Formats: sequence, C-alpha cells, structure tokens
Amino acid sequence: MSAESIAVETPPAETAGHAGHRSGERRALVSVNDLKKYFPIRGGLLNRTIANVQAVDGISFEVKRGETLGIVGESGCGKSTTARLLMRLIEPDSGDVIIDGKRVGADGMSLRGMRRQMQMVFQDSFASLNPRLTIEDTIAFGPMVHGVPQAEARTRARDLLAKVGLDPNLFIRRYPHELSGGQRQRINIARALALEPKIVLLDEAVSALDKSVEAQVLNLLMDLKRDFELTYIFISHDLHVVHYVSDRVLVMYLGQVVEIGPVDEIYASPRHPYTQALLSAMPSMDPDNRAEKPPLAGDPPNPINPPSGCRFHTRCPFAEDLCSKRSPTLELVDAAAGQFAACHMTSPGSGHSKAPQKRATA
Amino acid sequence: MNTPIAEANIDVAQVAVQSRGYWTTVLQRLRRDRVTLFFGSVVLAIILVAIFAPLLAPHDPYHASMIKRLKPVGTEGHLLGTDETGRDMLSRLIYGARLSLFMGIMPVINALVIGGALGIIAGFVGGRTNMIIMRAMDVFYAFPSVLLAIAISGALGAGIFNAIISLTLVFIPPLARVSESVTTQVRNLDYVDAARASGARALTIIRVHVLSNVLGAIFIYSTSLISVSIILASGLSFLGLGTKPPEPEWGLMLNTLRQAIYVNPVLAALPGVMIFITSLSFNLVSDGLRSAMDIKV
Amino acid sequence: MTMSVTEAPTPLAAGSAPDTATGRTLVDVRDLRVAFTSEDGTVHAVNGVDFTLDRGEVMCILGESGSGKSVTMRALMKLLPERKTTITGSIMVDGHDIIALDDAAMSDLRGPTVSMIFQEPMTAFDPVFTVGDQIAEAIRRHESISDADARKRALELFELVQIPSANRRLDNYPFEMSGGMRQRAMIALALSCRPSLLLADEPTTALDATVQIQILLLLRQLQRDLDMAVVFVTHDIGVAVEIGDRIAVMYAGRFVETGTVRNVFGHPAHPYTRGLMNSTVKGSMRGTRLQAIDGSPPDLSRMPPGCAFAPRCGLAEPVCFEQYPATESVGERHVAACIHARRLVATAPGEAITKAEASS
Repeated sequence: MSAESIAVETPPAETAGHAGHRSGERRALVSVNDLKKYFPIRGGLLNRTIANVQAVDGISFEVKRGETLGIVGESGCGKSTTARLLMRLIEPDSGDVIIDGKRVGADGMSLRGMRRQMQMVFQDSFASLNPRLTIEDTIAFGPMVHGVPQAEARTRARDLLAKVGLDPNLFIRRYPHELSGGQRQRINIARALALEPKIVLLDEAVSALDKSVEAQVLNLLMDLKRDFELTYIFISHDLHVVHYVSDRVLVMYLGQVVEIGPVDEIYASPRHPYTQALLSAMPSMDPDNRAEKPPLAGDPPNPINPPSGCRFHTRCPFAEDLCSKRSPTLELVDAAAGQFAACHMTSPGSGHSKAPQKRATA
Repeated sequence: MNTPIAEANIDVAQVAVQSRGYWTTVLQRLRRDRVTLFFGSVVLAIILVAIFAPLLAPHDPYHASMIKRLKPVGTEGHLLGTDETGRDMLSRLIYGARLSLFMGIMPVINALVIGGALGIIAGFVGGRTNMIIMRAMDVFYAFPSVLLAIAISGALGAGIFNAIISLTLVFIPPLARVSESVTTQVRNLDYVDAARASGARALTIIRVHVLSNVLGAIFIYSTSLISVSIILASGLSFLGLGTKPPEPEWGLMLNTLRQAIYVNPVLAALPGVMIFITSLSFNLVSDGLRSAMDIKV
Repeated sequence: MTMSVTEAPTPLAAGSAPDTATGRTLVDVRDLRVAFTSEDGTVHAVNGVDFTLDRGEVMCILGESGSGKSVTMRALMKLLPERKTTITGSIMVDGHDIIALDDAAMSDLRGPTVSMIFQEPMTAFDPVFTVGDQIAEAIRRHESISDADARKRALELFELVQIPSANRRLDNYPFEMSGGMRQRAMIALALSCRPSLLLADEPTTALDATVQIQILLLLRQLQRDLDMAVVFVTHDIGVAVEIGDRIAVMYAGRFVETGTVRNVFGHPAHPYTRGLMNSTVKGSMRGTRLQAIDGSPPDLSRMPPGCAFAPRCGLAEPVCFEQYPATESVGERHVAACIHARRLVATAPGEAITKAEASS
C-alpha cells in the first residue's frame, strides 16, 4: 500500500458532530436488508405472470456514515434497480431499508422524510432536467415542495450553483439545452443537494461525460462530500473510477451481492471469481502488457430465469457440480479487512474441492 | 469554504449565447417560415372577416329577391352573384365564415379540454385507470369519424349545437390518445423521477413538470383537427344534420346550390372554395407550428 | 487561405512515405477538411488531417466528443450528409479517389473495399429481417452467388466471429440477440465482403467490460488473420492501447500528436495528450485531486487562428494564439504539433512541467 492510497477522504473526525468516531467503528447510516424486486412478465389470454425478471434478489449491505460505497456490476446485475429501490421510485417486493436507525415505510420514516435524507443524481444529464424550466426553478423545486418559501429557495439555488462551480449570475436563467454535459451534471448535483440530504446516490453520474470533464466533476464531488459531510453510494460500471472514489466496494451479479469489502482489498485480492474476471477485463494501460485471453466467455445472462444454485456457475472457470445445486451465501472471508464473498471456494467446509477446511470452533 | 468558482469563468462560448426560452426559439423559427406566415395571415384574415361580418358584408344575407335569382359573378351590386333565392353570395359567404368557423373550432376546443384531461390522467396514473380510459376510447375510435358524426347527429337531431356535440364526441378519442401517448413518454423521463424523488405530490408534478412539456404536442394536434372539423361540420350541414336554413353556412350553401350546378357552376362551387381555403390554411399553419416546435437540442 | 502548415514536406503522418514498392499503402489522406453549413453558421469539424495507413495496420483515433474523430472516419466512407457538407483535400483508399467518386461507384466500394462497424449494433440491422438474411443480402449485392452459397458464407462468418450455435443464430432477429452477440453479428456483416479496410466507430463503448475485452481480442485476431487495415475511433485510452498499433490524438479537428502507441503513451509530446492521460482516472490516484484539464473544447464554428488548445494550455505562449504550431518530429515515427514538443517528450508522463522549463 503506497503512501498515496491512504485516503485523504477519511471520515471527517475533525469536524464536530462526529466526535469519537474514527475509521472502524462507524455506525451504519444506511442498512439494507434482503431487498427483493421481481418484475413480472405477463402473457397469455388472462395476462397471467409467465415469468419474472429477478432484477434484485435479496441483497443486504450497510453504508457507514461519511464513507463512499461503490457498487459495480455489469448490465443485468440490478444496480440501477437497487438505486431506484433505495429512493423508493420503485416499490420493493420485500426487504427493508433502515436510515439512521429508522425503517423507511409505514411505522418508521415517511417517504417524504426519507427523501430529505437521501437524494439521487441520475446518469443522463439531459433527460433528468425539465427542458421547460430554468435552472433556478429546477433547483428550487425540491425545497419549495417541502415548504421552503420561494425567495429562500431561490437564494439556496444561487448558493448551490456557486458551490458546484457555476457562476450564479450567468446560469440562473439558463435552460438545460444551452449547457454542456458537464454543466448539466453539476446542476443535477446542485439539485440533489438542495434538500440538504445526508446521503447522495450517484447512479452512473459521470459515465456519460468525457474523460476530462469527468475528472472535473469527480473533483467537485470529493469537495462537496468534504464540505457538506456527505455519504455517497456510487454506482458505476467503470472500475477505475470506483477504485478512485470509494472506501468500500460492493460487486453485484444477476441481482445478488457476490463480494463486498474495503476497496484496496477487493482490488488487490478479489476472492470471488467474478470479481477477479471483472478486474482483469479492464483494458490495460501498458502497451507491452496487452490482454491475450478474455477472462470470461459469453454475455452477462438474462435475469429472467437465472441459473440454478450459484448464478455465476455457467461462466465460472472453477465451477463444480455443487455450484449448480446450492447457492452460496455471503460470508466473511477476511475478518481483519471486513471482506465478504459469496462463493463455495471461500466457504470452509462447503464441499468444493478448493474450499478451505472447516476450522473447529474455539 | 473552498468553492471552485474558477471553472465558472471559462465557458466563454456558452456565455455568448443569449439565454432563450423555448417559446422564444419557436417564434424565431416561425418568423423565418414564409409558407406558414402566409397561410397564418390567411387564417387571421378569415377570422377577422368572421368577426367584422356586419361591417364588411354589403347586403343583408337573409334578404331574398325572386327577381335577382342566380345572378352570375360580377353583377353590378353583387360582386359574387346571388344564390337560388336571390340573396347576395358575398354577404352570405362572409356571414357563413362565422358559423363555419364556430362549428369547426368549438368541437375541437371542447374535445381538447375533455380528451386532453382524460389522456393526461390515463398517461400519468397508468395501470388499470389507463386501461379503462383508453379501451373506452378505442370503442369510439373503431368507427370512421364521418360515420360516427352522422350517426350521433342523426340520433340527436339537426341543429348547430347538436352538431357541435356530435363532433366533440368524434374528436375526444384521438385527442385522448395523443395526450396519453405524450404523457406516458414524459412520465418515464428522468426529470419526472427526480421530481418524485424530491417528494413532490402527483398533482404538483403534473402541474410543474408534465403539463408544460405535454401541452405543446397536444395543442399542435388540435390545430390539425380544426381543418378536419371544418370539413366535417360542413358535411353535416350539407346532409341537413347541422345548420338549418336560412342560416348562411358554407356546407348548407353547397347543398342548396346543388341544383344551380347546371345553370351556374361557378356560383355553386364558391362555398366549396371557401371551405377548401379555410381548411387548407389551418392545416398548413398547424404543420408549420409543428415543425417550429420540433427543436432538436 | 494560406496553405496550412501541415502541407510541409515532413508529413504529419507517423507512417513513412507511401511504400509504393510493395504497394502496402492502403489509405492516403492529405489535408482533409470537413465543414458543415447550417443556418446557424459553419461548423469546422475537421481542419487539416493527414495520415497514411498500410495494409494490416491498426490506427486508433483518440479524442473526446467534438474532436472530429467520427467525422474523419465517415468521410473515408463518404457517409456524411451531402447537402450540408463541404469536403476538401484528398482521400485515397486502395487507389480510389473517394472525394471524386459518385454515389454509384462509392456504393460499389462499400463492402468489398471498406466497411464500418458502429457503436450501436441495432442501428446497423433492419429489425424486421433475420441477421442471416441481411448478411446474405449484403454478400449478394457485391457477388453473384446463389442463395444457398450466400447462407453458407454467412455461417462461416458467424463461426469466424465466434457466435455459438451459429446455424441457429442465423435465423435470429436482431432484438433476439444480446448486446455482445449483436456486436459480433455486426462485425460479421461488415466482414462479409472481405474488405481491406475496416472502420470502427467506438464499437465497444456501449458494452460491458467483460464483453468489451472479448470483442477487442476478436477484432485483433480477425485483423491479423485477414490482413485488414483498421481505423478505430475511441475516447478510451485503455481501448486504444489494447487494439492500436499507431495512434492519432485528435483535438478540434486536427491530429495534435501521432505515433506508435508505445511512443505516444510512453513519451507524450503534446500538452493535450498529457492532460488527457493525467485526467484519466486510475485507481492509483486515490486520495489525490485529479488533474483535470481546465475549460472546455472550442466552438467549432468560431475556430481561432492559432492552436485550438492554447486557451486551456498551461504552457501557452503568445505565439500559440496567433499561429498554428508547426509539426515537430520528436521520435521515430512520432510527431506532435506544439512548440514545446521536444521538451515535453523528454519529460515523464506524470511529471509536471512549468512554462519556464518548457521554453528553455
């Protein structure tokens, strides 16, 4: 671990409000338990459900206050659906989300209350802005919905524009179609911050931007996180960006969590074969070290009727009989690092030829 | 606090562009479209003629004279001749503009309000509500509009207001369909999701985010319906299901002048020419509006 | 219009002078300029591009959006909207003068000589016909063979692009195939008439990482086996490294640096290339602030007289704003258009350099 990788983004222990909390024992700010969402496919005369798209199939994870959790996966893995489930733009079939100790839903935290705690930045910077509203109106909309008087909402909009690096005098009366992708994304960020949330969900927020603009926006996101003491959930398919931005990383495959742990551990020693394949699929930056063989064959499968047992077994180079029969569970593989993986190979006594022996309990 | 304002100053190119709203851009494009401007002025002229009919018409449109029947175009005192009962054609055409326009535009306005509302609700709420509303519309949609108009008018009886009711019912389904389609598209866009994510209620979202993006398309479609409505209204009057004689209305005039076709074909064609010009002008204006509003950003 | 500096005897192209002896030169582009006229003004998309490409060579054009990379490539195949476009300069592909060709002649070339694959495979296929039918149709447009023979060729192509259960897949409709499969089918379609030049417009940008690497390796293998020249447009440095032999970095319609992949990324000699490399996020940058390039690309309808990158360049001198810099040769088949090129090539990629140091 080189000196550079000691994150400057350690939780803001210096600032008031986090007294006593150092890295390690932070209370979970967001706790997701067994979240499930199936999309029915209807057919036949009576519009019966003939199959289900198992978009998200029982995922659980935690996000600690002040950290950035990166979520990676390929198409069909369910990460975008997860984002929408967290924001309650889609209703989950089962499972719950607990924010700051309160369960979102009927008895705990109301939806309106949840939306003051957690906001989202979307991928498509253009489609996420109403083309008929000025920038100021777009940003002020959220606060006004929650009862903030118009004048104050407008002032807040101007302040936020300045905070995201856009001169308020120049941009207040503009319309989305007059701006570049990078500027629009800054406005999306400002809009998300207008409600003063604690958590920001970034769903592929920088994926559609040019590389140089991406760098600018990432710098901005890091500044804002520090200035506003935010917690980020950063969803992306770009492994380099996730590596740069995150403290911990969660890897999804076909609607399930296959691995989760601190970013350096995951990138240096991935335990799940899918994570390993994903990491080695990143194009090399070294002309003398080009890829020779693709780490995985075939396309990511369809979440309709996923494979039995371990969903990855159809593409896994280490698959054995056991893998198609029994689904592995997410287990601790490295206690010191806090790294979990869902694989029979890392689960002691699972029956897989590569699995470690079950250690006798002390 | 470390605010990176420096980057704000660099977008010189963007600053130079003047901030223009959507409608300003539309107006600008319209100004450059000569065809639309021309036909727009034709429409305007016809509307003005209809409004100022009493001042413009040289004679009383109801004043008949058996001596002066079917005088040809260019007769002294009667610029466009007289009809089969001796009434001045020019005056009847001018006054006819009132009724024809009224019977053409009113149904569309009614259908816009009713059909538009139905479609927006169906599109926004979705699910079973959408199914119920749209399938009900489909029942009416299955009939050709002319047949449907005649059938409803036949059931209600002749008369201007019955004709308007009939035409309104004919136009509600297509307007509902268009509004539902556009609303569904807008509803699935990210900015509506973003509005939901900020905790806004459904009505607020419709008012602030959906309406302004949807009304444009619905409005355009309605203007294209006006030209159809004028023809249908005239058709109903021609068949005796709309205006009753002696009211001056172009469709009715076509009917009563039928016998004159062998005597003076030009005279008999005049009301048809007016229907044609009016309908065509509305059609082209609506086309022009649609092109102007189709801004690719 | 004064002659552009790029017309100087030392070609900007990183390739050597056309190898007429063995006839290996396939593409020869000189001073290509493309402008689009509309009621809002003229957009100068390409402003003087020169390069040569040998048979069997892979060249990557690396640039961000608005750099003109896609326009350059489409000009090679004359796929630009005729009424709005003005093309000047010369484009020679396999001895044919592309700019002078009429529609019919160009249509004959598309397929057997030059072919293209796109970013979104759905747009290359007609949704109402099976992929097998479309490939067979393409073959029969250029060769008079029977239906059955064309289908056999299509089957061979599908096996060449490693589509599993090829025979069954021939009867699939485009929407029935997954993203990676469609991309392979599109490659099969592009290769159906055995072109000598393949143009690839960001074909892997929309694909997942694991599928992207499969397609890149497939393209590399096919290119080697069929001795095909490839022009590959991308915005991703990693992809350029994986697929390219040579690379041209493009900014505001010009090639600002060209050379072999090893040379350009090992010893970048243009401030834009260096800026691009430094701002490309890598995991190792964790904890540090990213070195973003300030500002944004210029308005292509108002091109400045000097270097288009000068307003954003930390090393810009007054002369940079007045005159487009001459092309400097900074290594073997490695050139860059910058007054500081020689100094920059000697500085390691990640190392910062001040104006004073650059001018010395």
